[in-house]
Amino acid sequence: MDIIKLRKDKFADFLASMGDYKLFAPQKVGESLRFAPVTDAGKVELAMANTTVPPKSIFFPQTETLYRYALGNTETHPPAEGEKGVIFGVRPCDARAQVIVDKLFSWDVDDPYYLDRREKTVVVGLACNKPCVNCFCLSVGGDPASTEGLDMLMTELDDAYLLQPLTEKGEKLSQAMAAVTEAAETGDLHKAEELHQQAREMIGRKVETDGIPQKLPGLWEDELWQDTAASCLGCGICTFLCPTCHCFDIQDEVEGYDGRRCRMWDSCMFKEYTLHASGHNPRPTRRERTRNRISHKYSYFVQKFDVIACVGCGRCINFCPVNIDIVEVLRQVKEAR
Amino acid sequence: MCNNANPYVPFTATIEDTWFETVGDRCVKTFKVTLDDAAARANWSHRPGQCAMVGLLGVGESMFCVSCSPTEGDFLRFSVMRMGKVTQALHEMEAGDKITVRGPYGNSFPLEEWKGKHILTIGGGIGQAPLRPIVEYVKAKMDQYAGLTMIYGARTSGDLCFKNEFAEISACGGLTCHLTIDLAEEGWDYNVGFVPSLLMDVNPSPENTIAITCGPPIMIRFVLENLKKLNFADAQIYTTLENRMKCGFGKCGRCNVGSFYVCKDGPVFSYATLKDIPEAFA
Repeated sequence: MDIIKLRKDKFADFLASMGDYKLFAPQKVGESLRFAPVTDAGKVELAMANTTVPPKSIFFPQTETLYRYALGNTETHPPAEGEKGVIFGVRPCDARAQVIVDKLFSWDVDDPYYLDRREKTVVVGLACNKPCVNCFCLSVGGDPASTEGLDMLMTELDDAYLLQPLTEKGEKLSQAMAAVTEAAETGDLHKAEELHQQAREMIGRKVETDGIPQKLPGLWEDELWQDTAASCLGCGICTFLCPTCHCFDIQDEVEGYDGRRCRMWDSCMFKEYTLHASGHNPRPTRRERTRNRISHKYSYFVQKFDVIACVGCGRCINFCPVNIDIVEVLRQVKEAR
Repeated sequence: MCNNANPYVPFTATIEDTWFETVGDRCVKTFKVTLDDAAARANWSHRPGQCAMVGLLGVGESMFCVSCSPTEGDFLRFSVMRMGKVTQALHEMEAGDKITVRGPYGNSFPLEEWKGKHILTIGGGIGQAPLRPIVEYVKAKMDQYAGLTMIYGARTSGDLCFKNEFAEISACGGLTCHLTIDLAEEGWDYNVGFVPSLLMDVNPSPENTIAITCGPPIMIRFVLENLKKLNFADAQIYTTLENRMKCGFGKCGRCNVGSFYVCKDGPVFSYATLKDIPEAFA
């Protein structure tokens, strides 16, 4: 597959060339940066560290309708299937996260809503030239230029983006872009590789994760859970902004006679998440909930799907209002006896 | 799972009959229902121990065990305690009303594996609901099992579910039924005391026996202790777990105990599996 490049001054033309693909790219929405449909090329923000909200919101929206119904009628109407899309500017950690979440949504029973969007969406990644201060992807099997889960990898050069198609979907997209792109030169490839290597060296946060999945069950009663939970407010931002967190609630919403059953992001950090109708709660305090969050990512998910459900994006560290730091928690797990 | 192509979309079912098992604030009402769609009805097959999502459009869905055995006929039964939003709305429903059902979900009691063995069920309160399909299944295939002993208790005689079935169970050859209530009542001719104590009085032999217990957590704790005293091995003891659930097929996340999803990997677990999971009895 031929590597091509897109000059930055052609960016608006490129967006216009997308034709029948619905295009999503990072944009400022309110206070946060998130993937949203592109209507104005000028609003796309690629000079970002990473989006506040991970691209999981495109495949697994914060709230989505499972089906609609009319009260008093037994018919249910699921929404029409999704359209072809391109999600542009996904950081390699978030693309890996989607591959991890795919395992959950396709094990045993396929989730039709999620998998339909996955199948119809082309994922164009953006290699990290400048990782953030809390990035630790190298510790959990990632890389600032990882291609896992990407159909095309894009690297920002001085005046252009280098585009490397990786899959059939990526190749098809690259052909659709032919009018606005040009062939890459050898020098561009060298430059990109140099930038990738520089990025790897810039990642300052590291934690040794070997042995953590095996060790965690033995730390069930360890003090570290109480210590970590002591400052936790239970706000759930660590899970909402986590690219691998996939838990959801299902609720009915009714207006007049029109009803819909929808699913929405939920969080294991909320006490209602496991609260039984009887009032009994198997995870009654933040200690049990914190223990479950870490154990799920670093042990249960590994036991079930053979991969750590954390990609080291650093969002849970960056956005925690009380500075709970998962890298520090993991270090404590390593040190605990 | 024999559901629609979209696993979130439920089947419509019609309530054929309802009756109250118990009275009071937390009364239990049983619903006998039939799926409306002929193809869905033909494709549906559940095994004792499996669960289903029962709901009402506009209200919500909750997970219940199917409280009948497939040997009883081409219908489903759910015995629902009035507790929260969905169960209160369900309790308003009567024969002829429509509800939604999806499933069946989860694993089941390995009754095929248990052929030739003596089956001991130990239930408390609404915990008899998942055990009832075992009793009915064994009763229908009595020639394939060495026998069945049912131990069942509740706070008062009024809190015992499936009361009108006990006489028939006791009348079957090979089936024994031991009942208990917490405090003596006028006209009560059976045992008085807690289920774990009655278990010790009945003193079942662990020889070629499988014990299955369901009930309140505190009862299960003492039943497990007593089964160990009676020399039951971990692999001879089974229970069912329950947790809050939303999807029923291992996606929504909340029902996990350790790395197991109760909706998929459970609800039936052997004590040999559960004893190493610290969260199992939380």
